[in-house]
Amino acid sequence: MSLIRRIANLRTRSKIDREIEEEIRAHMKMREEDNRAAGMSPLEARRDALLRFGNPVVTRERVSEADAALGLDSFGADVRYAFRQLRRSPGFACTAILILALGIGACTAIFSAIKPILLDSLPYPQAARIMMIWEGSGSDRPSPVTFGTFHGLAERSHAFAALAVMKPWQPTLISRDRPERFEGQRVSADYFRALGIAPHLGRDFNASDDRFRGPNSVILSDTVWRRDFAADNSIVGQTMRLDGELYTVIGVMPRAFENVLAPAAELWAPLQYNPLLPPDGREWGHHLRMVGRLRDGVTKGQATLEMQLILPGLAQEHAAGYDSTGGPPKNMIVNELQSDLTNAVRPALFAVLGAVVLVLLIVCVNVTNLLLARCAQRQSEFMMRAALGASHTRILRQMLTESCILAGLGAAFGMIVAFAGVRALIALSPPQLPRLSAISVNAPVFLFGLGITTLLGIVVGLAPALQVSRKQLHGGFGSARTIGSRHWTRSVLVIAEVSLAAVLLVGTGLLLRSMQHLFSVDTGFHASGLLTMQVQQSGHPLDRDAASFRFFNQALEQVRQVPGVLSAGFTAQLPLSGESDVYGVEVEGKNNPNGDPALRYAVLPGYVETMQIPLRRGRLLNEHDTAGAPIAVLISESLADREFPGLDPLGRRVRVGLDAGHEDRPWATVVGVVGNVKQKSLAVGDEDAFYINTSQWAWVDTAESLVVRVQGDAAALAPAIRSAIWSVDSNQPITRVATMNDLVAASEADRHFVLMLFEAFALVGLVLAATGIYGVLAGSVTERTREIGVRSALGASRRNILLLVMRQGMAFSLVGLLLGLSAAVAASSAITALLFGITRLDPLTYAAVAALLLLVSAAACLIPARRAVSINPVDALRAE
Amino acid sequence: MFKVAKNDLQGTLDLLVLKTLSHAKQLHGYGIVLHIQKASDELLRVEEGSLYPALHRMEQSGWIRSEWALTESNRRAKYYALTPAGRKQLQEAERSFEHLVKGVRTVLRYA
Repeated sequence: MSLIRRIANLRTRSKIDREIEEEIRAHMKMREEDNRAAGMSPLEARRDALLRFGNPVVTRERVSEADAALGLDSFGADVRYAFRQLRRSPGFACTAILILALGIGACTAIFSAIKPILLDSLPYPQAARIMMIWEGSGSDRPSPVTFGTFHGLAERSHAFAALAVMKPWQPTLISRDRPERFEGQRVSADYFRALGIAPHLGRDFNASDDRFRGPNSVILSDTVWRRDFAADNSIVGQTMRLDGELYTVIGVMPRAFENVLAPAAELWAPLQYNPLLPPDGREWGHHLRMVGRLRDGVTKGQATLEMQLILPGLAQEHAAGYDSTGGPPKNMIVNELQSDLTNAVRPALFAVLGAVVLVLLIVCVNVTNLLLARCAQRQSEFMMRAALGASHTRILRQMLTESCILAGLGAAFGMIVAFAGVRALIALSPPQLPRLSAISVNAPVFLFGLGITTLLGIVVGLAPALQVSRKQLHGGFGSARTIGSRHWTRSVLVIAEVSLAAVLLVGTGLLLRSMQHLFSVDTGFHASGLLTMQVQQSGHPLDRDAASFRFFNQALEQVRQVPGVLSAGFTAQLPLSGESDVYGVEVEGKNNPNGDPALRYAVLPGYVETMQIPLRRGRLLNEHDTAGAPIAVLISESLADREFPGLDPLGRRVRVGLDAGHEDRPWATVVGVVGNVKQKSLAVGDEDAFYINTSQWAWVDTAESLVVRVQGDAAALAPAIRSAIWSVDSNQPITRVATMNDLVAASEADRHFVLMLFEAFALVGLVLAATGIYGVLAGSVTERTREIGVRSALGASRRNILLLVMRQGMAFSLVGLLLGLSAAVAASSAITALLFGITRLDPLTYAAVAALLLLVSAAACLIPARRAVSINPVDALRAE
Repeated sequence: MFKVAKNDLQGTLDLLVLKTLSHAKQLHGYGIVLHIQKASDELLRVEEGSLYPALHRMEQSGWIRSEWALTESNRRAKYYALTPAGRKQLQEAERSFEHLVKGVRTVLRYA
């Protein structure tokens, strides 16, 4: 193989060089001798030999190129030379490497976050066959399924190899002296089979585990097994006490198992719902998520259709059950698990990806400009090299080598930036971000970084390399430089930079204004000075409701005694906490036996007062609205408008929750109307709600949120309140301690996350654009020193010269700004989904961006302009 | 069909060298230059420098082989000789060249 021989030649390079040298010398000598024999003088003979041969240096190089593989060896020389060049101008090298590191690092970090979420398939066998299934009510959003629907579908459907439902489970382990709460899931028997992962120790759940009132069994995550059980191989068959009951460990999941449906879950227990489906039971609550694995060869469409055919039969068979839950589903919605998980964050991730690409472009443009400036300084060096016989391609290769080495060094530091960036991303990421644990800088991410680095090196190096045109190379030495076209290129680049920065700034501005609008939205309650926490009641399986009720009331009493506490209350669901608890409301005379959906707040008296939710009409709930007394409910203004438009809602009768649609159940009376409260998020106007005292609701929720209005710093009082609750029962875990203001902020975490990244990227873009303007202007002032000297010698005032330079610089930013703002109009459609309260053409944002960019570029122009002013005409004229 | 490309001129030099070596048992670079000059009745004058990259390339391709030997005037020089692969290459190159010449001539006559 000739290639191998050529590479082998590299090793013996010096020997081969000597041979080539000798061969050429022999040729010359023979020609010289023949010439002399023909009668030439020795000098003439030598001259003729040289003339006939051509440039021996060039020949030698071309011969060794023919010997060596594709000039591999001269590549080594290029690399050495490039490093020497960079060392000689450390300022340039450091700036370029730093900028490149920022761009490559940011891009790589964002890519590493996006890869597992949007690009990788989920870590399950044949992950594309795993579907999420939701109940649909026609036009409405998908809602969680009831056990009744799941049970019916699982019995009748043939489209799925495995079908399972799940719900969150937070058992308390009372091991040593403190209660420890676990995150876990209650799942139906086929959950792990649907995902396609089996335990690596022990066995999976089966039908006999997941039966009504069946034995307590639990499967552990690898983490729990290692942390709490020291990776004990004989763990299967042992028991652990959860919520006061004994659970038998039947299996341990593999270490690599990633539970994308509930990333924090560490324990799994069977669901054990009642397959007889009593109409008034939890079996008809919309609180389960359903996941299924399609049978081989069955498509998503076929599965959807099959379920559509099953539904009518189900609705007929379980009419009573569906009546208690808002009616049977109109259709079933089947989504691929991957898209189901990522849909919510997709717009945000794409916006961030777009922003980081803009940053990378700005980096590209900036470094290209730096290289062009340097290229101008090295003009005579290139001419010298050309004169000594370097071919045009040879010089081009040298320059590309240099830019690739710059990019390589940038990438090395960029990887450090990427590592730090990924860590920061994970720390700052919104809770909605799926697959957080899979985000890391790994081999494919590294390859991606390498890819963009190579691309950058070539793109960035190409412009300056092409600038050094053949004509210029042979143009000759001295001061007569053709600066026109180079200036033109650099100006275009600066304008590009400014416009890219403008696009980024507009995006940032729009997000910033959206946040402002969001946080000025009326939550419906007074968030400042509110402390919240979730209190769980566990144990006492026999009279759980009575015990829970007693405990929460006693705890409330104790909390109210704490100095600094103004008022306190408990609620089953807390606004902006991610909970969403919806039940039906049947209105007397409206004939809606299924009930219209509304948010349910089962509260202990004092909750509405503590939240300072305004009372619009009627009265609030009090201690007299208790078990046995007539049932009293408060409704929100929006529910009042929906159910009783134009009428007085006070005194109207409704049946709520499980009572809805049941003739034999008593009516509840609307006693008051309160203001609307944002439950899901500040942006979503989902506000139909009713409030009822826990003592008049069908059961007592075991996890309740405590809200406390305090004087002064809300967070500071948390320990005192916690010990007040534990003074009642120290076995009850307290979690999710947060001020209401934190919750409000957290509810917009995804927008905030995107905003934060945009802010960072826009800042980088702005700084780079400013340095770009400064660089070009400073270079131009240096080149025009003589001209400026002449101008001031001829009587131009300092003001004239200042204006001369400023005008040039501001022209860049004005043109760039105009282009950038027009581009932003188009580009902002990518973040429409993230905007709130403004359109993507928000004039204030565009005006503010224009003002900011002009201000910053004016500042960037000022430094070179001042230098131009200080040019002494005498020195300037003498210098040339 | 014969595709005309930029490399054809280089190919011509290769052809001349291969043909020259097919007559002689072995020759050094200078000798090849002289032979081409003489054989072409002084019509063709090879730029001597450009001969060597071609020689080395052909050697790397295995068409010719080289060894150091003494000339008649007792000077060390590198002698090149044709390999069997080179002989085959020569036949092919001659054929392509015939095609090229025929093609070019046809075009010239057409005008």
